[in-house]
Amino acid sequence: MRLSGRFGRFGGCYVPEILVPALEQLEGAFLDAQDDPAFAAELNALLSDYAGRPTPLTRCRNLPPNIYLKREDLLHGGAHKTNQVLGQGLLAKRMGKTRLIAETGAGQHGVATAIVGALLGFETVIYMGAEDVERQQLNVFRMQLMGATVVPVESGGRTLKDAINEALRDWSANFETTHYLLGTAAGPHPFPTMVREFQRIIGREARAQMLDKIGRLPDAVVACVGGGSNAIGLFADFIDDGGVRLIGVEAAGKGLDGVEHGATLIRGRPGILHGAETYLLQDREGQIDDTWSVSAGLDYPGVGPEHSHLKDSGRAEYVGATDDEALAAFKALAENEGILCAFESAHALAHALRLAEEEPDSVILVGLSGRGDKDVAQAQQLIGPSA
Amino acid sequence: MSRYAAMFDRLGAKREAAFGAFLMLGDPGIETCARLLDTVVEGGADMIEVGFPFSDPVADGPVIQAAGQRALAAGVKVGDCFELIAGFRRRHPNVPVGILTYANLVMARGGFARDAAEAGADSLLIADVPTLEIEPFAKQMEQAGIEPVLIAAANTPNAALARVAALSKAYTYCVSRAGITGTHSGGTFDATLPAKLRELGAPPPVFGFGISRPEHVRQAIEAGAAGVISGSAIVDCAARGGDVAALVRSLKDATRNDSSPQ
Repeated sequence: MRLSGRFGRFGGCYVPEILVPALEQLEGAFLDAQDDPAFAAELNALLSDYAGRPTPLTRCRNLPPNIYLKREDLLHGGAHKTNQVLGQGLLAKRMGKTRLIAETGAGQHGVATAIVGALLGFETVIYMGAEDVERQQLNVFRMQLMGATVVPVESGGRTLKDAINEALRDWSANFETTHYLLGTAAGPHPFPTMVREFQRIIGREARAQMLDKIGRLPDAVVACVGGGSNAIGLFADFIDDGGVRLIGVEAAGKGLDGVEHGATLIRGRPGILHGAETYLLQDREGQIDDTWSVSAGLDYPGVGPEHSHLKDSGRAEYVGATDDEALAAFKALAENEGILCAFESAHALAHALRLAEEEPDSVILVGLSGRGDKDVAQAQQLIGPSA
Repeated sequence: MSRYAAMFDRLGAKREAAFGAFLMLGDPGIETCARLLDTVVEGGADMIEVGFPFSDPVADGPVIQAAGQRALAAGVKVGDCFELIAGFRRRHPNVPVGILTYANLVMARGGFARDAAEAGADSLLIADVPTLEIEPFAKQMEQAGIEPVLIAAANTPNAALARVAALSKAYTYCVSRAGITGTHSGGTFDATLPAKLRELGAPPPVFGFGISRPEHVRQAIEAGAAGVISGSAIVDCAARGGDVAALVRSLKDATRNDSSPQ
């Protein structure tokens, strides 16, 4: 490996020996591409002409007007995921791979991978926990419409972490032809670094848009954290701006005092899972806990290793929003601003609304990471049709 | 002399390869597992490899994952696994015992290697720790007197193979094909890997994936293996209530030189 792949003590490359050459090849291709202006040009053209970048920065009109929304929900595909799948798709082409595999939780990353598979001509296989397949059937159909094969994973808790296990197994057997298009800034090196770099554009645009609109940086930048790719993408260009608070919002599920949540950084402790040393929700012996969130995308017992480092170094803070708080924020955004956001993003908004109440004078930038179409049926069940 | 070295010497003198039987500790429960450990030795296993059940076994196929889930569902704890090893050690003082597990279990228990040594285990292979990340773990094992086992794959670059050779002590776990543990695919065993490892002075090469039938054992030995480990086939046989001793006997018989087809 050419880079250490460490963020403080966290990160690394904890995979079976047989996968190391595949990760070394990927790191090499990524670093070479970073130095290749033609790669950047091709990626930037896709991001603007195909995906619709730059995404707008929207100031709230009826919710507290000190809240600004970075509108990744308006990106093609409906979430920030598209940024990095285009990057990884081009890299996979560069490496001569013909097949893409991916894991997905809510289905957002699966849809994004299916998009790039169709666009760039890959055979595409998506692993999805069987429980997630049931709760996200529309996304399953979207993937299938774009030519991807969706494999429901019945093992373990039948959610995201089980899908990751299955994708890793497939990759172990097929890495010569197959690129594992990991969906978040987690996993073994070089994924956390690579995905951050492909998502960095969220914060880079938002930072410039804030300066352009109000002539100064926000006081706080707030993003939801499951694996943590939208948060790290939004945070990356603000890390050196010492006066800007970086706040990650985890799924507090049914409450942080119980076990039904996905608040890895708040309630977990360091361990090694899915390729990296990072905070994990685990029992005393190191068995990984099953997690809970109303939002499938935050229902994960690990987290990207750079967030673990940002927590321990104190540069970022991590707080929770419960299912109920997220649903209330989801509803408030719909009623007041005419925007249906993803349940994931609603966690970030829930905290921003709390913050706006406490500090009405501070400027708050919220990563609105995805749109809520995928969650409308679930919202109808939870809120009720006459709400 | 370590139990592994003594075993390889003894078998080498008879021109036999070593047969290792893998079982998941605590599957399907503690007492049955203890009996199964004895059964595979009675069937002729020269060494025992044992898994510690882990919630997220990414390097294992469905058969061994299911075995781990049965053990966890039965409430088996890491401490129970060490007790199973200690009990086996009292009954079988000379049979080498290797632990196969995952990094998070080792990390979560301060002194995992020491506890393994005290229970009477001989080696430790951590499936998700490649040579890149092995150093702190290898140090812990060395201090505890546990022999590290690393994986050498057909695609492992020469520089990494040299590190595998230098760091592995008990044996070298060879993976001749891509993939995960499982009975579905029998071996094509690449003879260049054991040859390279011998040249690098690595401990004896043992093939660990794709061994479910006597012909796989013979093919692995023809490719230069000093031993083989069969996992999924044995675990599957036990789970279906099959004759585990007979399966082990048939696989062990294939390690004897005179059983090779000429």
